[in-house]
Amino acid sequence: MAKPLEELTATAIRDAFLRRERSARSIVEEQFAILKEREVAVGAFLTVMQEEALARADALDRKLADGAQMGKLAGIPVAVKDNICTRGVATTCASRILEGYVPPYDAHVVERLIEEDAVIIGKTNMDEFAMGSSTENSAFKLTRNPWDRERIPGGSSGGSAAAVAARMAPLALGSDTGGSIRQPAGLCGVVGLKPTYGRVSRYGLVAFASSLDQIGPLARTAGDTALLLEAIAPRDGRDSTCTDREVPDYVEALEQPISGLTFGLPGEFFIEGGLDREVARALEQARRCYEALGVRFRDISLPHSRIDVEDGQLSSYAVACYYILCTAEASSNLARYDGVRYGHRSDERGDIIEMYSRTRGEGFGEEVKRRIMLGTHALSSGYYDAYYLRAGRVRRLIQSDFERAWEQVDLVFAPVSPTPAFRIGEKADDPLAMYLSDIFTISCNLAGICGISVPCGFSSEGLPVALQLMGRHWDEERLLAAAHAYQIHTDWHKRAPALEGG
Amino acid sequence: MRYEAVIGLETHAELLTESKLWCRCGTRFGEPPNTQTCPVCLGMPGVLPVLNKRAFELALKAALALHCVINRETFFDRKNYYYPDLPKNYQVSQNYCNLGRDGYLEMSADGGIRRVGIWNVHLEEDAGKNIHVESPGADYSLVDLNRAGVPLLEVVSAPDMHSVEEAEAFMHTLRRLLLYCEVSDCKMQEGSLRFEASVSLRRPGEEKLGSRVEIKNLNSIKAVTRCLAYEIERQSRLLREGGAVEMETRLWDEAGGRSERMRSKERAQDYRYFPEPDLVPFVVDEGWLERVQAEVPELSLGRRRRFVRDHGLSEYDARVLTEERAVADYFEACLAAHNEPKSVANWIMNEVLAILNERKVSIAEFEVPPQRFAELIEAADKGKVTAAAAREILGKMIETGKNAATLIEETGAETIGQEEDLAPIVEQVLAEARKAVQDYLGGKKKAIGALLGQVMRLTGGKADPKLAREILLNRLEEMARQP
Ligand SMILES: [Zn+2]
Repeated sequence: MAKPLEELTATAIRDAFLRRERSARSIVEEQFAILKEREVAVGAFLTVMQEEALARADALDRKLADGAQMGKLAGIPVAVKDNICTRGVATTCASRILEGYVPPYDAHVVERLIEEDAVIIGKTNMDEFAMGSSTENSAFKLTRNPWDRERIPGGSSGGSAAAVAARMAPLALGSDTGGSIRQPAGLCGVVGLKPTYGRVSRYGLVAFASSLDQIGPLARTAGDTALLLEAIAPRDGRDSTCTDREVPDYVEALEQPISGLTFGLPGEFFIEGGLDREVARALEQARRCYEALGVRFRDISLPHSRIDVEDGQLSSYAVACYYILCTAEASSNLARYDGVRYGHRSDERGDIIEMYSRTRGEGFGEEVKRRIMLGTHALSSGYYDAYYLRAGRVRRLIQSDFERAWEQVDLVFAPVSPTPAFRIGEKADDPLAMYLSDIFTISCNLAGICGISVPCGFSSEGLPVALQLMGRHWDEERLLAAAHAYQIHTDWHKRAPALEGG
Repeated sequence: MRYEAVIGLETHAELLTESKLWCRCGTRFGEPPNTQTCPVCLGMPGVLPVLNKRAFELALKAALALHCVINRETFFDRKNYYYPDLPKNYQVSQNYCNLGRDGYLEMSADGGIRRVGIWNVHLEEDAGKNIHVESPGADYSLVDLNRAGVPLLEVVSAPDMHSVEEAEAFMHTLRRLLLYCEVSDCKMQEGSLRFEASVSLRRPGEEKLGSRVEIKNLNSIKAVTRCLAYEIERQSRLLREGGAVEMETRLWDEAGGRSERMRSKERAQDYRYFPEPDLVPFVVDEGWLERVQAEVPELSLGRRRRFVRDHGLSEYDARVLTEERAVADYFEACLAAHNEPKSVANWIMNEVLAILNERKVSIAEFEVPPQRFAELIEAADKGKVTAAAAREILGKMIETGKNAATLIEETGAETIGQEEDLAPIVEQVLAEARKAVQDYLGGKKKAIGALLGQVMRLTGGKADPKLAREILLNRLEEMARQP
C-alpha cells in the first residue's frame, strides 16, 4: 500500500506521478478529501477549485500517457493566495470591494504553475489586500492555526500557511510585503521564502506596496520550497522591476555544503525583553545545531533595524519607515477600486464623489481604510518631505546596514516573530501591537534581500517556533541550502498538527 | 491704464506611436468605444506598466528639438487624483525629474526672432473620455478608455509671452516643430493637441506679477487665442474697477466664448506626487542620445533662413514653402533634379499648393513625384513648352501618371518656336483683329496684349510667347511705317 498523500512531499508526489505509481486524478481526489475534511476546522480557502482541478488532473494523466515532456511540478496540487490573479476564477484579496471579481488574465506565476503542470486547487484566505499579520482582516472568513484553533495562523498569507501546515496542500504561493510569507509560515510550522525583490514577476499580483511586494513559496520542506521557487522565478517582461538573471538550479543548490559559512547575529534583534523566552530558547538550540554543522556565528549590527523596549512597549525605526512607505504606496495602488469598472459599487445614488466614497466606504475594511488614510497623509503636500522622503532615507540606511553585514557574514540569523501565534482577537483592537509582529521581518523587504522562515521547535503549548535566515540579493541558493541542512538534522517539520475530530 | 499680460502655456501633444505607453494596445482614433483596451490600460488589479521605448524616444526628440538639457537618468511619478476616465485614479507622469528641462523655442515675431523659454518637456499617459449621456432622464455617464494610456508629450513654457499674438505665434511654431519632428500629428479636431494657459497682468515696467489664473480645457489654437483675449480683458476690467484678480483655475467654454471658475472641490487638488514604484529609472546613454539627436530634423525657422540665404528666395516664399516639412522636402527634392529655386518655388506655390488646397489633401497625397515635376518645370524653363501648356500637362500627369516628356510628345504640346511656323499665324491675327491693330497703331500700346492672346488662342497656348511677341512687334512696326 502506498503512503498516504499527506505524508508525501511535493517532490515525492511528482515522482510518484511520473513513475505512474499514482495518477494525477487519484492525487487530486485524495487531496480534496483531506482538504474538505479539514477546511471546516481551519478555514484556509476562499475558493475551492475542485472541478477545474479534476479536469486538469485528467488532462495531465493523458499528457503523461502520450509520453509528453512533463513539467517540474507535474501532478502537484498547489494552493494560491487570493491576491494572485487566476483567469476565470474569483480573485478577491479577501475584500468586499473585489467580491465576485473574476480576472480576465492569469498572473505570471499562475502561468508558470500551469506550464510546469501543477494543479491549482484553490485560492487561500488572507488579510484584506495583504494588510495584516493574523488573517483576521479577511472580509470573508476566519482562518485558524492548525496547531491551536483558538489562535491566528499569522498573516497576511495565513490561508496558504495554514493549508500547507494542515496538509491541505503540499505547496502554496503567498506574497510577502513585510513578512506576510515568513511570519505565517513560522507561526504554522512550515517553510516560507521571500525571494529577492525582482526575482519573481509581480505581474498579476494585486499590488499592496509595489516596492516591497514579492511572491514566494510555502512548503513543508526546503526542498519543496526550492522546487516551487524554481518554477515561478523565470523572467517576465511584463514586470519592469523583474530581473533578467537566469534562474539558478535551486533544487541542486540544496546540497551545497554549509560548513564554513558565517551567520551574523544582529545584536539589535536579540535584546532583553524583545523576544518571548521560549522563542529565544528555540533559536539558541537552532544556533547550536548550526554550529554542530560547521557554521560560525558572529555578532553584527543592523543599527537602523534597532528595536527599543520601553515600559514593555516595543518600537523600531524600521517599522516606522515601513509603515510610511507601504501605506503611501497602498493609498495610490488602492485608488483604482472606485466602482467604475469592476468590483463592488454602492447601490446608493448620488454624484460621482458620493459614488466613490460610498463604494469605498462599504467595500474596504477598517485596516485598509486606516492604511489608505495614513498613506494619503504621508504623501500630502507639506508632509511629503517629512514622511515619505525621510522614510526613503531610512530605507537606504537599512540597506547599507546589510551591505556592511555582508562584508563579514554570509547569512543573517534572526527570529521570525517575537512570540508564537497569539490568540484570535488578542491584538485585533490594537493596530500598533499588530504592526509590531512584523518587527523582525520588514527589514528584509526594505532592503530588498531574500529571507526564509524555517520551523525550529515548539513552545510548551505546542505552538511552532521558527528561525529566519536572510541572504544577499539573489542568494536564495544559500538560504535554501542552509534551511535544507537544518531540516536534515531536525524533524520539527515532520510533525503534523492533530486535526482529527477538530 | 494699460496692463502688460504675462502668459505661459502648457501644451499636450499625443505622440505618434503605434501602441500605447504602457501596453501594446493600438492608438488609432475613432475606433468603437473600449475596443483598444486590455487589462493594463483598464487598470485591472495586478497589472503593471512596461514603457514603450518609442514613445520615450519621440519625447526625447522633441526635447532635443526644443534645446532642452536632457536628464540622463529620469523616472516617472504618480499624479494622484480621482476621475472616472482615469482607470488607476492616478496618472503616470513626470514631476520630480523631467526628461528635458531649460530649453527654448525660437519663433519669428515682430519681424525678428524671439526665444520663448521652455521650462520642461516630459512624457505622461493620456486619460480616457467621459461621455455625458444627454438623453432625457439619463442619470449616468459612459466612459471610453480607448485613449487611456496613449503617450502624451507635455511642453511647459516659461511665462515669456506678453500678447495674444505672441502666444499664437508660439503655438503655431511649436505645432510646426512637432510636425517637423514627426512626433505628433497635432490634429486638434482629434484632441491630439491641447493646451492650458496661465495669465497674469502687471503694470508696465513693474517686476511683480499679479495673481496667476490658470485656464484649462483649451482644445485648439483658436480656443487659446479667444480665451486669452477674454481673460486679459476680464482681468484688466477687474483691475481698472479697483478690484483684485484672484488666483484660481478656470475652465474655458468654447461654445459660450467665456471661462468659468472651477468648483472648489476640483480646485483644491493635492496630487500627492511620488515616484512610480512599478517602473525603474531610465538611463539615456550617450549612444542613444546621439542617435535621437541625429533624428532631429532641420526645423522650419532654420530652413526658412537657409532658403533665403542659399536659394535666394524671398522671405515670403521661404515661409510658405517651410510651413510644412513635407512641402519643403518636396521643394528640395525638385531642386535636386532642376536647380532653379525661384522657378521651382513659383511652380509649387502657384500650382501644387493650389491643387492641394482645393482638394484639401496633403502633399503626401500629391500624385506627381518631385523628380517628374522638376522635369516639367525644366521643360517650361527651357522654353520647350509654354507655361500655359505646362499647366495643362501637369493636369494630365496627375490624371495619367505619365511623365512630362511622354505627354509633350503625345499631345504635341511642344512650343511653336520657329519663325516660319508662327509668322502665318501672326498674319492671320493681324488680318482678323483689326480693332486691336488700329488701337495699337493709334498709340494704345497695351493692345499688344490682346493680339498676343489671340496668337496663343490660335496655337492652343503652344506659341513661344517671346517669339510671338517679337514677330508681332516687327510686323506692327512695319505697318506703322507704311500706312
Ligand atoms: Zn492596453
